[in-house]
Amino acid sequence: MAKRIEVSGLHAYYGGVHAIEDISMTVEPRSVTAFIGPSGCGKSTFLRTLNRMHEVIPGARVEGKVMLDDEDLYASSVDPVAVRRVVGMVFQRPNPFPTMSIYDNVAAGLKLNGVRRKSQLDEIVESSLQGANLWNEVKDRLGKPGAGLSGGQQQRLCIARAIAVQPQVLLMDEPCSALDPISTLAIEDLIGKLKSQYTIVIVTHNMQQAARVSDRTAFFNIAGTGKPGKLIEIDDTSKIFTNPEQKATEDYITGRFG
Amino acid sequence: MTSLTTPKGAGLSSVSTGRKIKDKLVQGFVYLAFVLALVPLLSVLWTVVSNGVARLDPTFFQFSMNGVSGKDPGGGAYHAIIGTLEQVLICSVIAVPIAVLTAIYLVEYAGNGRLGKVVSFFVDVMTGIPSIVAGLFVLALWLLTFGFEFSGFAGALALTILMIPTVVRATEEMLKLVPNDLREASYALGVPRWRTVCFVILPTAMTGIVTGIMLAVARVMGETAPLLLTIFFTKAINTDPFSGPQGSLPTFIWEQAADPNQNSIDRAWTGALVLIAIIMLLNLAARLVARRSAPVSR
Repeated sequence: MAKRIEVSGLHAYYGGVHAIEDISMTVEPRSVTAFIGPSGCGKSTFLRTLNRMHEVIPGARVEGKVMLDDEDLYASSVDPVAVRRVVGMVFQRPNPFPTMSIYDNVAAGLKLNGVRRKSQLDEIVESSLQGANLWNEVKDRLGKPGAGLSGGQQQRLCIARAIAVQPQVLLMDEPCSALDPISTLAIEDLIGKLKSQYTIVIVTHNMQQAARVSDRTAFFNIAGTGKPGKLIEIDDTSKIFTNPEQKATEDYITGRFG
Repeated sequence: MTSLTTPKGAGLSSVSTGRKIKDKLVQGFVYLAFVLALVPLLSVLWTVVSNGVARLDPTFFQFSMNGVSGKDPGGGAYHAIIGTLEQVLICSVIAVPIAVLTAIYLVEYAGNGRLGKVVSFFVDVMTGIPSIVAGLFVLALWLLTFGFEFSGFAGALALTILMIPTVVRATEEMLKLVPNDLREASYALGVPRWRTVCFVILPTAMTGIVTGIMLAVARVMGETAPLLLTIFFTKAINTDPFSGPQGSLPTFIWEQAADPNQNSIDRAWTGALVLIAIIMLLNLAARLVARRSAPVSR
């Protein structure tokens, strides 16, 4: 299922603002890649270019190439809606649909894409909730509103919703920043479990988290306010956290900066 | 309690007397404003109920004014109630889809585009149209230029012009309140924009939209001037809104109140009471419907 992402020469803009500059990297399948770096350095923007969510914002555009195995996501013939079915996303704040029950939240992506058979939906809802480690907590109240769950449960509900459409890649934009340590742990365990099936990219401000969950880590930085964000280096997580190539990375990780 | 001046770093002290007095004073003003706002409302309700209850009998709902002159007792508003319900129904059927779709376009699709700004500007202009001008417009276009006869439908057209901008504005505000997170969550699942609008955004904003529509319905239901010019005037029952003059409650009230006979004036009051009751019933019904699809928490 999982696919490799290869990015080359990627620039992203918000209107006239150059947000990220010339990023090239490879994201390996069946592994977790973490993006770290100071606020405003373009991590989230870059993440959103990987499933064409960047262009949802008015005036935003992208230059460069993102290859998913051998398909160019930005080829003119590619439908952004189709891209987002293949590359799923989990957001910083849990955002279950407020009008829908737990069941409907998980089934939303399937239903809105035309899957109607009840037995098939039931099956996918159960497997997705199990995949998100939430099944045992909610199996008796699938008809209750999704907004009634705790923050950590809501976030796992959002993960279940994202994996229900069976994407190849899962992007996570600071998925634990609004959660308490116990829920964070639950999500991190889940990420460890999911990486056997998906390509996972996670943005995080928590360096211990990057060290705990990721196989590879990319450090982003910004030269100054108003300047575009850049990729400083990407390498195996153990190398980034013990012996980075770049001085800036070391400064950031050891807390002498940012 | 007695320390009026608290030196810095003196720790926690009780609220000063001055602040307590101000607090009570402002609280008093707020309650006073509330009561003042309530006085006209209650006064209107009381006047209408006490005057209108005299003729609130079955006859009023079963008979028209056909063959009943101003000084006669009896007679009713059956023709007017039928007319008002039909006209407002037709008006809503035309205006609500146009207005809701316009609002969806403005919020979800237009962005900062030029067409969006132009549409928004004209909606503002339409909001300011005096109701009689809407009636004159339909009179000039539909009746005089196109040559159609006076009818309930012509009245509904005039009401449509008045209803569209109110519903557009209300719907727009409600759609803007839907958090962007939900749109992004839906897009990220690979859901096309139109499905996102239909199945995520509209249900989330539904309660507010329904309230906005009901307020607009209540507003047009009480319009008199545009109807006088378009549905004309009849004392008889006309259930066909597409041909011939039709009655309506506002024009019924207007006509009965203009007659100096007490029987007519009583009928006018009861007409007003029935109009208010219909609006309240519709409001209640809409709220019940909206509650079932409302966003739920806990």
